[in-house]
Amino acid sequence: MTAAVRSGADGFLARYDALRDLLPGDPRERAAAAEAFRRTGLPGASAGRREEAWKYTGLRPLADASFAQSVSPTSAHSQIRARLPQIEVPRIVFIDGMFSRELSIVPPAVHFARFAGRAEFGSIARPDGQPLVALNTMLAEDGAILEVPAGADAGLLILVSAATDRAAFHPRHVVRLAPGARLTLLDLAFGDGSYLHNPVFEVTVAADAALTHVRLQNESTSAFHLATLYAEIDERGTYDSFVLNLGSRIARTEAHARLTGENGITHLNGAQLLNGMQHADFTTVVRHQAPYCASRQTVKNVLAGRSHGVFQGRIEVARHAQKTDGYQMNQALLLSPDAEIDTKPELEIFADDVKCSHGATVGELDADQLFYLRSRGISDAEARSILVRAFLAEALDAVSNETVREVLDQAVEGWWEKQAA
Amino acid sequence: MLEIRGLSAAIEDKPILQGIDLTVPQGEVHAIMGPNGSGKSTLAYVLSGREDYAVTAGSATFDGHDLLTMEPEARATAGLFLAFQYPVELPGVGNANFLRTALNAQRRARGESELDAVQFLKLARAETKRLAMPEDMLRRNVNVGFSGGEKKRNEVLQMAILRPRLAILDETDSGLDIDALKIVADGVNALRGPDFSALIITHYQRLLDYIVPDHVHVLAGGRIARSGGPELAHELEAKGYAGMIAEAV
Repeated sequence: MTAAVRSGADGFLARYDALRDLLPGDPRERAAAAEAFRRTGLPGASAGRREEAWKYTGLRPLADASFAQSVSPTSAHSQIRARLPQIEVPRIVFIDGMFSRELSIVPPAVHFARFAGRAEFGSIARPDGQPLVALNTMLAEDGAILEVPAGADAGLLILVSAATDRAAFHPRHVVRLAPGARLTLLDLAFGDGSYLHNPVFEVTVAADAALTHVRLQNESTSAFHLATLYAEIDERGTYDSFVLNLGSRIARTEAHARLTGENGITHLNGAQLLNGMQHADFTTVVRHQAPYCASRQTVKNVLAGRSHGVFQGRIEVARHAQKTDGYQMNQALLLSPDAEIDTKPELEIFADDVKCSHGATVGELDADQLFYLRSRGISDAEARSILVRAFLAEALDAVSNETVREVLDQAVEGWWEKQAA
Repeated sequence: MLEIRGLSAAIEDKPILQGIDLTVPQGEVHAIMGPNGSGKSTLAYVLSGREDYAVTAGSATFDGHDLLTMEPEARATAGLFLAFQYPVELPGVGNANFLRTALNAQRRARGESELDAVQFLKLARAETKRLAMPEDMLRRNVNVGFSGGEKKRNEVLQMAILRPRLAILDETDSGLDIDALKIVADGVNALRGPDFSALIITHYQRLLDYIVPDHVHVLAGGRIARSGGPELAHELEAKGYAGMIAEAV
């Protein structure tokens, strides 16, 4: 049950034209997004047009790919079930972007609604100047709307995206924490074959609320994963995120965090582990718009083969955001002479009493450390793997929830096994 | 067991070792003394397989095997151990895990069974206690945040657990106070026996009061300038390197 569509930006626009009367939500939002997307197209896909925000990542290969709207067979369920972490916690599962009631365990402590049933485009993620948000707004069919009521501790919730070959989907997720609420959200993305996963997240963390958001991007290495996230954090609120990028042919995880109340905290940490021809782009923007807030962006890259890592980190401090504490660090370990890292820190500070620092390191494995391990009888290959794991472990230490950490550790183990095979 | 013949080595075309002849028979402890820059550490590194050095002439065999063609890990598995002058920090690598990985890699290569975590910890805790080291040293990352003395003791702990047949101690005494020096010496003396040999590289005679060597060699200008019994170390202490080297030439 597949119908081929044209490739590139035209393909997505044709799909919008075919579906426009069936899509949920305000048609004017859709039309405006389509108009914005028509103007920009896919970033970096056509020669001569290069936006600064997409300096190191071009979506030409995505423009050349073609997708089909598939209806995933129910037989896929058992395979997907086998790939879910064996943890007894609530989970919300999407297959090719559509909610699967059968595979989900709806959480008791979180109000859950489907975007398909309650399509609201929030006010934070806007299509203007954001081609992927425009594409998502134009074509979003489903997604999770998650709301944690005031003062509630909702524990751990898993949000799953499973994908099949040639699918293209644009989930729209909304996460709202009311004052004093708490949630740990583990966001897993995996699949088979070549597909596009283009989610947009809108996150609001009210006063005294805390969201821990851990994202494991473990897509097929033929897939495109382009995620855009907007978070707003009110006073004394915390948005603590960690992204582990392992999969995809081209991945971009772009996060915008805006600190709007005093003493807010945001962490946009992560690690990227790439091989072959993989390209992963970790882009963050932190806007300090209130005094006494703190932000951290620590990203580690392990790059093998001909892979390409990108880190773009931007900190903006408004004039009145005094006593801001901002920190940014990007480290890359290059395991092959053909691997490449591009790093672009940007600090834009208008307040005069702030602490903001950034740093970047690029290196190979340390020859002294390798020799030390080998002099104890450890083989060269094992010594290398020990040192890479140690480098990664320091990044993963940012994830304090043990259950979640275990899931990430297993994913890293799986990555190693795949490289060894 | 260790036979070095006419060994010459260079780093970046600069000759450092210029024809070393040295034999360390099984069960003996030999000391190598010498002034700074005489090639003591280079000898230790060349024997343990560091890549930065180019061997330009001569040979070194261990139990009749050509040491110089073996990978560093193969030398370790054959029973050679280098206690580093500057032990390397390994952030993110737990000390206990590191030691177990090393021990099991060696046991595996020798066709012996591996130790599981429980068996290993029992062994490691016993050795830690014997060397008067705090037990949390096993939990910490390898050498990270260790004081100079703790790093040297950690080398001795590794030696005690790996039980080499030939240990090369590269200025393990440097920077140690007298208590730490005794602990290091006890660690070496505990291993002494018919199946254990050691090459103790030191600048000072002090360590040799606690580890009494069978033979002492003086290294100067990349060659063994003199060899003798333990009394040679005392003579050195009295005359200084300059005097002794002048006599030898």
